[in-house]
Parts: sequence; structure tokens; C-alpha cells
Amino acid sequence: MILLLFILIPMAGALLAWIAAAWNQALPRWIALLAMTADLVLAAGLWWQTESATGPWLSTFHRDWMPRFGISFSLALDGLSLLMLMLTFFLGALSVLVSWNEIKERVGFFHFNLLFVLAGITGVFLTMDLFLFYFFWEVMLIPMYFLIGIWGHENRMYAAFKFFIFTQAGGLLMLLAILGLYFVHAHNTNEYTFSYFALLNTPMEQTTGRWLMLGFLTAFIVKLPAFPLHTWLPDAHTEAPTAGSVVLAGLLLKTGAYGILRFVLPLFPEASQAFAPWIMLLGAVGILYGGKLAFAQTDLKRLVAYTSVSHMGFVLLGAFAFSEMAYQGVVMQMITHGISTGALFMIAGVLYERLHTRELEKMGGLWPALPGLGVVSMVFVMASLGLPGLGNFIAEFLVLAGSWQSQPWITVAATIGLVIATIYSLRIMQKVFFGVSWREYKLPDLSFREGLMLMPLIAVIIWLGVYPQPVIRTVKPSIPTVVLAPQAPYTDVAIHPTK
Amino acid sequence: MQWIYLIPALPFLGALILILFSRRIGKAGVSVIGCGSVGIAALITLMAGYQLTAQGLDQFTLPLWNWLSIGNFNIGITLHLDALSLAFTFVITFVGFLIHVYSTGYMSDDPDFARFFACMNLFVGAMLMLVLADNLLLLYFGWEGVGLCSYLLIGFWYKDPANGAAARKAFIVTRVGDTAMAIALFLLVQHTQTLQLSAILEKAPALWASGDPTVVLIAFLLIGGAVGKSAQLPLQTWLPDAMAGPTPVSALIHAATMVTAGVYLIARTNVLFTLSPAAQATVGIIGAVTLLLAGCSALVQTDIKRVLAYSTISQIGYMFLALGVGAWSAAIFHFITHAFFKALLFMGAGAIIVALHHEQDMFKMGGLRKSLPGVFWVFLIGSASLAAIPFITAGFYSKDQIVWLAWTSPLGSPWYWIAAVTGAFITAMYTFRMVFLVFYGDVKTKVHHHPGNNMMVPLYILAVLSTIAGFIELPHTLGHVTLLSDFLAPVLPAVESHGSVAMEWASQGAAAALSFLGIYIIWKFLHVPFADGLKQFWKDGWGFDTAYDWLFVRPFVQLSRINRKDVVDRIYTGIAYITKGFHRMMSATQSGLLRWYVMGIVMGAVVILSVIIWREFV
Repeated sequence: MILLLFILIPMAGALLAWIAAAWNQALPRWIALLAMTADLVLAAGLWWQTESATGPWLSTFHRDWMPRFGISFSLALDGLSLLMLMLTFFLGALSVLVSWNEIKERVGFFHFNLLFVLAGITGVFLTMDLFLFYFFWEVMLIPMYFLIGIWGHENRMYAAFKFFIFTQAGGLLMLLAILGLYFVHAHNTNEYTFSYFALLNTPMEQTTGRWLMLGFLTAFIVKLPAFPLHTWLPDAHTEAPTAGSVVLAGLLLKTGAYGILRFVLPLFPEASQAFAPWIMLLGAVGILYGGKLAFAQTDLKRLVAYTSVSHMGFVLLGAFAFSEMAYQGVVMQMITHGISTGALFMIAGVLYERLHTRELEKMGGLWPALPGLGVVSMVFVMASLGLPGLGNFIAEFLVLAGSWQSQPWITVAATIGLVIATIYSLRIMQKVFFGVSWREYKLPDLSFREGLMLMPLIAVIIWLGVYPQPVIRTVKPSIPTVVLAPQAPYTDVAIHPTK
Repeated sequence: MQWIYLIPALPFLGALILILFSRRIGKAGVSVIGCGSVGIAALITLMAGYQLTAQGLDQFTLPLWNWLSIGNFNIGITLHLDALSLAFTFVITFVGFLIHVYSTGYMSDDPDFARFFACMNLFVGAMLMLVLADNLLLLYFGWEGVGLCSYLLIGFWYKDPANGAAARKAFIVTRVGDTAMAIALFLLVQHTQTLQLSAILEKAPALWASGDPTVVLIAFLLIGGAVGKSAQLPLQTWLPDAMAGPTPVSALIHAATMVTAGVYLIARTNVLFTLSPAAQATVGIIGAVTLLLAGCSALVQTDIKRVLAYSTISQIGYMFLALGVGAWSAAIFHFITHAFFKALLFMGAGAIIVALHHEQDMFKMGGLRKSLPGVFWVFLIGSASLAAIPFITAGFYSKDQIVWLAWTSPLGSPWYWIAAVTGAFITAMYTFRMVFLVFYGDVKTKVHHHPGNNMMVPLYILAVLSTIAGFIELPHTLGHVTLLSDFLAPVLPAVESHGSVAMEWASQGAAAALSFLGIYIIWKFLHVPFADGLKQFWKDGWGFDTAYDWLFVRPFVQLSRINRKDVVDRIYTGIAYITKGFHRMMSATQSGLLRWYVMGIVMGAVVILSVIIWREFV
């Protein structure tokens, strides 16, 4: 029942916020904040009890929906989903705070959309029915399109269209793959079902399995995004309002990563292993290519957007390394990237509110005016270059150390990405905070509200850097068997690993 | 002994307080917390050293908490105290404390006083984690942490973009080395399933035969990390530029502590290097070449801090040379004495720089012997130690040990010895060139500010240490004291020297004679008689910067600039463009003119009929 509440609270909050806006402009903000906090408290309570759990599934909810077609309203929660939910509600609450002064028009409708995206994301992380999964996948998409298209920056319509078309194209491929899997399963067993648990271990021909796997994978790596399907992301991130960027980078990208971990690996273990070296190569290329493009940008938000491309390369690399260490690293990367990139977008938002520009060339020398923001930025810039002591380092180290054993050369390429990350990250500090200010600013440093949204992020990123064990313990039961013990002979398309 | 966690914790706590409450505690509060945290850590280190020897322990391990535990891979936040880490901890906290006290004077007029001490405390904490780490991952934490603080402090005066560039250069160049080191960690995880240092060193001899490609590769990758941090060839280019930071930073980070982290790393993993002779020989050769190249560069600098920077590179070259010939404890000995006399020289130079209103050009100094007598004497003592003046200086004993073992250790060679004594000759020349230019000759700039006690007292203490610290280890020819090498024996294997006492006298005599000859030559010809082109080449550090600029920096920046708009996006905009084109073509046919439509129908009918006829009847 609690699982249903996770989805219903934001949905109800969304409707309430829209209606309440008719009376009072501040009310929708409070409603949205309350809804997210309530969800966060519920999820934290659930996490508190995980110690006593037996088996990977902590909670389930099942109702028949369209039994004739084997469609059910089936939700289940394990460690992986729980962590993703906590991230969703945490960043969700912060993205309400971040819009507090930024959004002044159509406040009710804005919060309706924001909460609906969050509800869709929650559904994606919870559902164990592939039909329902596709449903929630679409629920995330449309409100996000509005968020970018209505409240975005100058070039918002272009970005919103691009975002929509890319995601939708990937989503349709996934729909095809879902239906393919559905019929293959029915053909074998005469049972028509979309249930995740029933579809696991569906025997199928090698070629069929590989095509279906590619269908799922395409949808997920568009969302992730992986090179060369990443080009929607810089536009969408740059043009979206701050809350939109935070939700996009912090959460929507994670649904792609989650899809790989939840569906691609367990449903298609053979195909995943067969394609693994090529996908890992794609990950490494993304790390380097994204990093290099980040270095070239002059728009702060665009720069941060490309760092996401780079960091998500680690997810792809680690997910297909078939090692427990790399898998743990991937989950850690999903969380820490959500935190650190979310924070960088918030910082860009804070700067935009003061300077009304995102251009790096128009910034510089801001340290004396904004020392508090400078310290906060330093923390997250360091997180993005993978400084030990912050969560991102744990993630990247685990991914790389885990991937090393299967693909050393690709891992070396990915490790070089750490140097490029240093180059682009330090450039942010230099361009924004150091040097001489080109005009004398009299700017207010962080306000109470801004401190309230940035300080928890710092606390979490440090906590994950020095004591990540609670997260690792929570993830452990959800690791699929294919990762722990890869079955098939490793690969027939090796990019020669030296052992 | 549980309280040794306080040693790194106190500086971290100090940094935290200074970051959060700097505005409330005022300048005096900042000084007290900044210096106090390091000072108390130094006292605790003394107590820990006393306890360790009193209890007759070789080592003490303190697990704090579980950091990472995945499958059978377990890494803890665990501190490890033994002779080697104790030696480093002692230097870091004591010299660190003196430099902090000195900084209260040096930085007293700076508006960002609190930020300075916050970064310095953070640095000391990270450096202590580096040397106290029980596993390589925690060591890596300290390793990167000191890199961050180095970056923050080099770019401390952030208004000048040149300082920012120097800071970024330091961070990025060392990160290149760190990447190699990270790969070494992956290899170790793969082969030993652990990163715990004692476990690795225990397992290694059983796992790998001498010269096994895996262990050689690991050792070479570790060298990559070490040369980055310790500014050795080929990653030495960042250190001279790092002098952009305030002088106490140069003394603490870029002379006494952080730059010797590479020496620590290699000494700590000595078993791996013993197993890979090729890698160990490379360490020796890197050291020998670096000490000569950097020495020549030091000889022609005009900026006093850059002389000291190149001198530091050169002296660390000596330590690498010692490591390369297996004279582990000699390297640590030189690290200790070098920390004393180089910190002294840097801070002495700082006192001069402040006295002359931030003038760093030696050719604009001169005659300061009279106006700054205190600084003159301590600077002279430091210089004597650096130039290894026999018998009375610490530098003599530590350098002499390296010179001697470079030849006579089982891994030694006469070529190493020649490099080492040539280096001693060059060292004496550049050191006294500095002394003569700054303190003798005509007065060129008037002293406008005399350093206060908080700056001078640390200098006096270091001057004493630069003299007496040598007596903890004396050669066979002079009493044969082995306090330090005995102390380090549980961690670092001893080295057998196969030379006679007569040879040792000869070696010492030659080195000493060359030092004096160097001083004499520089006294005679203050301007070194070399061709101007060669001088410029040396001054620019043998063209490494230019080469790297053309090889790496420019291509990277150019490539980024060309592809700023992301060429991949062209594919998708191209698809959109083509689709639009078709759309336009199609819509052009929808013209509303009846005769076009009729024509279209007729043409279509003709085509269809033709196809049918062709297929059915032809």
C-alpha cells in the first residue's frame, strides 16, 4: 500500500497545487514541498526497516488491471528502487525550493507539471509490469515537455521538441521490444503476461533476444544519454528552468540507467554479455567526448550538461562490466551524479538570478562578492572531477576497478577521462569565481532558502564519500545473478583484453 | 594509543571551524585555531612516538570505520603508525606548525587571512592522512586532498589570472600522474583483491617472481604517480610555476611535505620495486637526470623563489636516486634534513621578499647582510646545509650518504656517483650565487619592513635543526651513528655497502672539494659564464613547457574549439533538414491548380499501366 502512496501523493499534490493557485500564488509551492517531504519521510522510514528484511523485495503491491491481456498494476520495491526513490523525493523537494523565486508565471500549472514528472519517475522506479512501465515512461515525458517549453529560456521550443522527439523515438522502440518479448513469451508458454517476474528467464532464440535487447537498450541510452544519442541533452538542460534541469539531470537520466540495470541485464543476460565490450566502448567514448565538449562550452548550463554526458559514460561502462564492484559503482554514480550535477545546476540558477546571464565570459571575479557560493561551488566542482572524500570518487573508482578486470584498455581510456574532468571542472571555478570582476558587483551572498537547498546536498555528497557502506548494503540484494556470475563464455566480439 | 586519530582530525577540525566561523572569531582566533590545531597534533605525534618505542612496538594500526566492503574486497578508514609514517608525521606536524606560526606574520595584512589558514589546515590534515593511511585507497584520498589544497593555495591570490593558470597547471599535471597511479590500484585490486598495504607487501613476493611483467607494470604506474607529485621528470613542469602562491605555501607544500609524497609512496611500496628491477633502475635514472637538469635551471634563474623551486626538484632527485639504488632510509634521511633547510630557505626568502615590498628579483636585491642581519645568518645556515658544507651541516650528512651509496650499494653504479657529485657542485654554485646576490654587493632596494618575532623565531628553530639533524646518522668515517636507519629498519630494509672506508673518505673528500670549488667559482664569476642562448634554455626549464604546450595543450584546445558545436548533432539536424526538404517538395505539389492534379493522375495511370503491361506481356 505504501508503494501506491508514493505515486498518489505527488499526483494528488499536483492537482491540489493547480487548483490552489486560483486562491493564492504561494500555496502551490507549499503543497508541492509538503508532498515531496511526505514521500521522503515515508521512504526514509522504509529504509530504516531494511535491516530486518528477508529477500530482495522489501514491499510489493499487486492488483489486476486488464487481466485479459495479462496487464496488472504491479509495484515492487527492492534496495535499488528504494535508493532511487529517496533520490527522487530529495531532489524533488529541492527543485521546489529552487523555483521559489524563479517561477512567477502560471505557478499552479508549473507545480502540477513538476509533481507529475516526479510521480511518473516514481512509477518508473517501482513498477514491475512492462505495460505499466511504458505507461509511466510516457507520464514522465509530457509534463517535462511543458516545463521546458513554457518556463524555459530563449530557445525553449526548439529544445522541448528535440527532447520530445528523441525520447519518444527511443520509447517506441522499447514498446516494440516489450511487445516482442510479450509474444515470444506467450508463444512459449501460452501465457500472455507483461509481468516482469514472469518474463524473466524467457527462453528465446539468440538472434531474437539480441534484437529485443537492442530495442530496450536504445530507449535507455537515449535517456541516459550515451554517445552518439546525447545531442538532445545539452539543449534541453540549457533551456529548461532550473528545476527542470535539476529533475532532468538528477532524475530523468537515472531512469535510463535504472532501465538498464532492471530490465536489460536480467531479461537478456546472454545478449548483454555478447554486446558488452561494444557498449563499454561506447561508455568510454562518451566519457572522453562529453568531457572535451564540456571544456569547449561558454554557457555554464551547457557546460554542466556535457559533464552529464561524460559522467553517464561511467554508468554504461560499469553496467556492462559484469562485476559486483562495477555494479555497486554504477548505482553510486547514479546517486552521486544526481546530487552533484543537481547542485551545479542550482548554482547556475543562483548565478542567473543575480547576473541574468549564463555566459562564462560575462562572469569572473565573483569570489569576493559571493564567498559562500564560492565554497559551495568548489565542493561540487571537486565532486565532478572525482575528488576522494566525496561520493563521486567512490562511484568512479568502483566502476573503473570493476571494469578493469574485463576490459583493461577501455578502462584506461575511461580513466583518462579523469584528467579531462579536472580540466573542465577547474575552468568553471576560474571563469566564474577567480580573476578580476569586470564590473563592481554588489551582490547578496546565499540567502537562507538557497543555503537550505545547497547545504543538505553538501552533507550527502560528503557522507557518501566517507561512509558509503549503508548504500552498498542496501543495493547488494538487488544485484542480478548475471552480474554476480556471468554464465555465457564471456564474449565473441572481444576488443582484445590482455589478461 | 587510540587517540592517534586526533593527529589528522585536529587539522581537519581546524579547517572546518575556519571555513564556517571565520567571520565571528576574528584574526586572533584564526591564528590560535590555525596554529593550535597543528601544534597540538605535533605534540600528540611526539607522544605517539614515545609510546610506540616505549612499548617496543613496530607498528600500531587503528581501524576507525569500514569504508567500502564489496564481496571480498574490504577497505577501512584505518590509520597505520610505524617508523616510516612516524618520521613523515613528525616532519609534517612540526615543520607545519613552525610555518603556520610564521604565516601569522607573513599574511598579517592579507584580507583573506582566514581563508589562508583554512586551506593550510586542510592541507596538513590531508597530508597526514596520506602518510598515516593503512591502505592505498586512503592514501589516494590524502594524495588528491593535498593536490586540492596545493591548487587552492597556489591560486590563493586569485585576482591575477596568471596565478590561476599556475594553480590549474599544478593540479592537472599531477592528475596525469595520479591517473597512472589509479590504474596501478586497479591492477592491485585485480591481482591481490586488496589495497591494504601490509597485505600487498606480504603477498607480493609469493605472487610474483622478480621481474614478472605484472609487478613491473604496477611499479611503473606507481612511478607515474610519484613523479607527478614529486615534480620529477617528465612531470616536473608545474613546480616552478607553483611559486605563484604565498611563500609559506611554497615552504610547506612545495618544499617540505607534499612534493616528497612520491618518495614516501615508493619507500612505502619498496617490496614491489625490489621485485621489479627495471622499475627501480628507472627511479634511479629519473632521480639522477632530474637532479642535474633542475640544478642547471636553478643556476640561471633571476627570481629567488624559482631558484629554490628548481633546487627542490633537484634535491628530490637525490631522494629518487637513493630509492633507485635501494638506499631507502638514506632517502628518508635526506627528506628530513631537506624539509628543515628548504623550509628555512623559503621562509628566509619570504622574509626578504616582504622586507623589500614583494620584490622577488635577486638582481634588484643586494647588500642585505647589514640591514637584515638575523635573516642573513639563518639564510646562510640554510644555504650551507643545502650546499652540503662538510661536518657542520645536516645536508652534508644526508647527501653524503646518498652520494656514497649511489656508487657502492648493490644496485649502485659509478655513473650515479658522477651524477651525484656533479649535482653537489652545481648545488653549491646556485646556492651561493643566491647568497652573494642577495646579501652582498650594493644595496639596490631599501628595506621597508623588518620581520617580527613570529616570523623570526621559527627561522631560528629551523636553523638549529638544519645543523643538528644531521647527527642522527653519521657515516663509517665519522663515528658511524645509525639512529635513523635503525629506527626505520622494521619498515625499510637496510642496504649493504660494498666499499672500503678509504674509498668512503675519497668520495666525501671529492664531494666536499667540489662544493667548495663551486662556491669559489661563483664568488669569482657571479654571472655564470655560459652562452646566452643556453642560459635562456635552462632558465625556461629545458623547453619542457614549450614542448608540452605544442604536443598536448594546443591540440586539445584547438580540437575543442573546432568541435564546440558538437559535430554529432549534425546527423540529427541533417535528418530534420532532409525531412523538411521532402515535406516542402510534397507540399509544393499541392498547388490547387486543377490541370496539375489531372496531369498527376494521368502520369500515375501511365506509370501503373506500363508496369502491368511490362510484367504481364513482355
